[in-house]
Amino acid sequence: MSSRDRHMEIPQGREMPSERRLEPPHWEEGRTAPPHGTFSVIGKRNRKIEGLAKTTGQAIYADDIRLPRMLHAKLLRSIHAHARIRSIDASAALALPGVHAVITGRDLPETYGIIPWTQDEQALCEEKARYVGDAIAAVAADSELLCEEAMRLIRVEYEVLPAITGIDEALAHPENKVNEHAKEGNISKHVHLAFGDVEGGLAASDVVVEGDYWYEGSTHTPIEPHCCVADFDPTGFLTVWSSTQVAHYLHRDLARVLGLPTQRIRVIQPVVGGAFGGKSEPFSLEFCAAKLSMVTGRPVKILYTREEVFYAHRGRHPMRMHYRTGVTGEGKLTAVDATIHIDGGAYSSFGLVTTYYSGQLLTAPYAMPAYRFDSTRVFTNKPCCGPKRGHGSVQPRFAFECQLDKLAEAVALDPIALRRRNLMGADSRTVNGMRVTSNGFPQCLDAVERASRWREKFRRLPYGRGVGIAGSMYISGTNYCIYPNEMPQAAVQLKLDRSGRATVFCGASDIGQGSDSLLATIVCEELGLGLRDVRVVAADTDLTPVDLGSYSSRETFMVGNACLDAARTLRREIAATLAPRWGCRPDQVTLADNVACSTLAPDRDCMSVQEAFQLTEARVGTLGSVGWYQSPKLGGDYRGGTIGASPAYSFTAHVVEVECDPETGLVEVKTVWIAHDCGRALSPAAVEGQMEGSAYMGLAEALLEEQIFKAAAPHHGPGLHHGPSLLDYRIPTSLDVPEFVSLIIESLDPEGPYGAKEAGEGPLHPSIPALANAIYDALGIRCDALPFSPPRVLRLLREPGARARWEKARSQVREGVRC
Amino acid sequence: MNVDSATVVCRLNVNGDRRECAVTPSTTLLEALRYGLGLTGSKQGCDKGDCGACTVVADGEPVLACISLALAYHDGPAITTIEGVADRGRPHPLQDALDETQGAQCGFCTPGILMSAWALLQRAPEPSREEIARALSGNLCRCTGYTKIFEAVERAAVRLRERGSGSVTR
Repeated sequence: MSSRDRHMEIPQGREMPSERRLEPPHWEEGRTAPPHGTFSVIGKRNRKIEGLAKTTGQAIYADDIRLPRMLHAKLLRSIHAHARIRSIDASAALALPGVHAVITGRDLPETYGIIPWTQDEQALCEEKARYVGDAIAAVAADSELLCEEAMRLIRVEYEVLPAITGIDEALAHPENKVNEHAKEGNISKHVHLAFGDVEGGLAASDVVVEGDYWYEGSTHTPIEPHCCVADFDPTGFLTVWSSTQVAHYLHRDLARVLGLPTQRIRVIQPVVGGAFGGKSEPFSLEFCAAKLSMVTGRPVKILYTREEVFYAHRGRHPMRMHYRTGVTGEGKLTAVDATIHIDGGAYSSFGLVTTYYSGQLLTAPYAMPAYRFDSTRVFTNKPCCGPKRGHGSVQPRFAFECQLDKLAEAVALDPIALRRRNLMGADSRTVNGMRVTSNGFPQCLDAVERASRWREKFRRLPYGRGVGIAGSMYISGTNYCIYPNEMPQAAVQLKLDRSGRATVFCGASDIGQGSDSLLATIVCEELGLGLRDVRVVAADTDLTPVDLGSYSSRETFMVGNACLDAARTLRREIAATLAPRWGCRPDQVTLADNVACSTLAPDRDCMSVQEAFQLTEARVGTLGSVGWYQSPKLGGDYRGGTIGASPAYSFTAHVVEVECDPETGLVEVKTVWIAHDCGRALSPAAVEGQMEGSAYMGLAEALLEEQIFKAAAPHHGPGLHHGPSLLDYRIPTSLDVPEFVSLIIESLDPEGPYGAKEAGEGPLHPSIPALANAIYDALGIRCDALPFSPPRVLRLLREPGARARWEKARSQVREGVRC
Repeated sequence: MNVDSATVVCRLNVNGDRRECAVTPSTTLLEALRYGLGLTGSKQGCDKGDCGACTVVADGEPVLACISLALAYHDGPAITTIEGVADRGRPHPLQDALDETQGAQCGFCTPGILMSAWALLQRAPEPSREEIARALSGNLCRCTGYTKIFEAVERAAVRLRERGSGSVTR
């Protein structure tokens, strides 16, 4: 590792987790089988437990909360991309009737950040503003209008500094330091890892393809803007309702920044209107609303405008990637070498993880004998990038799957055949030491090949039309908490009462993906209840045991396992109560569809589940249980070897069919076939929803979306967002979407709850390279840079040889590509 | 600017009720509904008329409440919001179908989507997939890729026709 890695050193007073790991209960029957022979709830097309509240407009989101005496607050934001703050004069604003308080960075001096080693943010900038839109003061007043009027009266004296707006500039000008946290120049993080003999592998290859790729950044754009309400009551207790997806981490950082003990803070996550990673760390609004509530003694609400959501960002990092990939004449991978530069924006955010993920998550589903990556994240004067759905690995996956397409052509192999020749299989280990258990990737390839009628179409469609393939894998949670500790990663408390009802308490964060329904589904399956008999209390730090939140696709696997254990503990108690009564073994007691019965004489020995709960309560006392999940020790034995290690990996393959207009450069996606190995689909409708939503989001990044910034011009300095609105930042409408064909593959993971793995992020990855490869099939041009917009497609079409390449690729098939 | 000086009473005909709230000339219909009348089902996603989360129906036509002035609806046409679609607490077939297909993931765009679809089914009881896509093109959804929403609207249209009347008014 290079010396640049030093700033990952553990701060004083913190220790990395020891080898010791909590061991969740072991169940002899394993985790994949139905509790009673067949499933009664799992795998059915159920409704979500909160579905009707959402479709009738009754669901309460953060901005729907209104407390008595509540004030509104707004943030004053920097107009410069990089500027020292000389002074802030808020006296005129404070003199305005109806204005209750103004705070600045001096009121919130403590830094924070989602990763304990890189806490480089302040809720309000004190010394320097680092991007256009960086928050520097907050105003609380009777109304939002008054806040705006007050903000116009705040005088900020800036000393404008040279702004860094790109990767090359950041590297070339270490003296213009964006972020003082950087140990060296503008380097946010550097990772260099090598496995096997890369140079030897490349030298021994029959074909080496070398390529440069550019992935433009994009942002999450949940339809709900960030919002929070904070209430500091007269007893000194702070309650914060926030549209967060990580209530637990927000809880910790609020305590740190506000100087309050965590036991004096309660964080509640109301219904959240979309997140996609964009709400997975604390933001200025939560600290400012809380501080303003402490200062004024009144509840305070902050609702970001849509423009502010673009500044809050934490979206997909722009990445510049260089790949060298070798294969044998038979199409077997020999070595992969990647050099990656990452544009991080002004702060660290999850950047340490992003930098690792940009390399660590590429090593499946294809076996690589040798692999090396060198990734550098830089600071620039732009809104901070972070984790967007498929964190850190969507960009390299794009580049690598395009590389595979080029290699397949070079060795005259069908691209699906090339992928099949490099399968790593189940129960294997990646070159960088990751343990792979269940692996349904071969079935994913089969499914999309068959459903898309690939063999009839590949290199056989008329000019302008084409198909492309790509594959990927993704994690089902990571094996360490973001801050080192030995406590469980997920926990559930379950309460049964004599009315025949269950209540699940869990810190899990439902952001629309359905984690509340996941909890209910598992409890119903184990205890024989209907979905209407279960109440879920989630993401409330006063009421629920800690779950780390919705990120890294961890909820189904980790929370699901915790819930399964809690429910099974109670099922055992109930069976132990009924078995002697009915003269059967406990495993012959079944609970399903609100009925408890013995399998020996189900007609005679039966009662309602409610009665079964009551008899059990009479036997053992009040019914409650806990369950938790902690992943086993995983990963490679080297520094960073645990980053990217997951207890289970999901796999995906896409075939995309396009129709391109060579006159206009317009690319229209007709159909996407998505095959995703989610282990077991606990709720098929929810899994399909994730597959369709992921493919939609990937295609949107590929074709339309760009989080880009303007260069300096006569009326403004550099670093202005190109268009922070939903009109200028184009996300697809209902008229812009193709047909999605969802093909669920169930590989039954031995450690997943009923065999389940993730489905929320994995299915995004292949959509972008599959589309790029389809465009090549259609037009003979290689789209190695995003987005594949009409100007870019036209530019590539005008380069010499495009049509000839298209002809040549076709003749290769006529001569017989190997399948 | 004294924000309160221009405050007047706005009388709105919402979901069959005549409701009054205090507004200024610049108060939007969305603000009047959400903050004046407590009808928080309609959502603010952009406050610029770009996302459609605030869509309500006035006189049978979808309206972007965030760029409409409340006073323009003073003693004006009948406004229906998401809260006015269910029949005495019984979900409308559209609300039911969107729930069944899981066409509402985070649910934030759902009220707007539902109102656009509701207006569509009033004028076109048997819409094609293309008509549905066109009718919803002013409502951005970031979760679903729209597929399950299309399915829900088609399913609701069938149920409404089966119910006989073909009418989707309350």
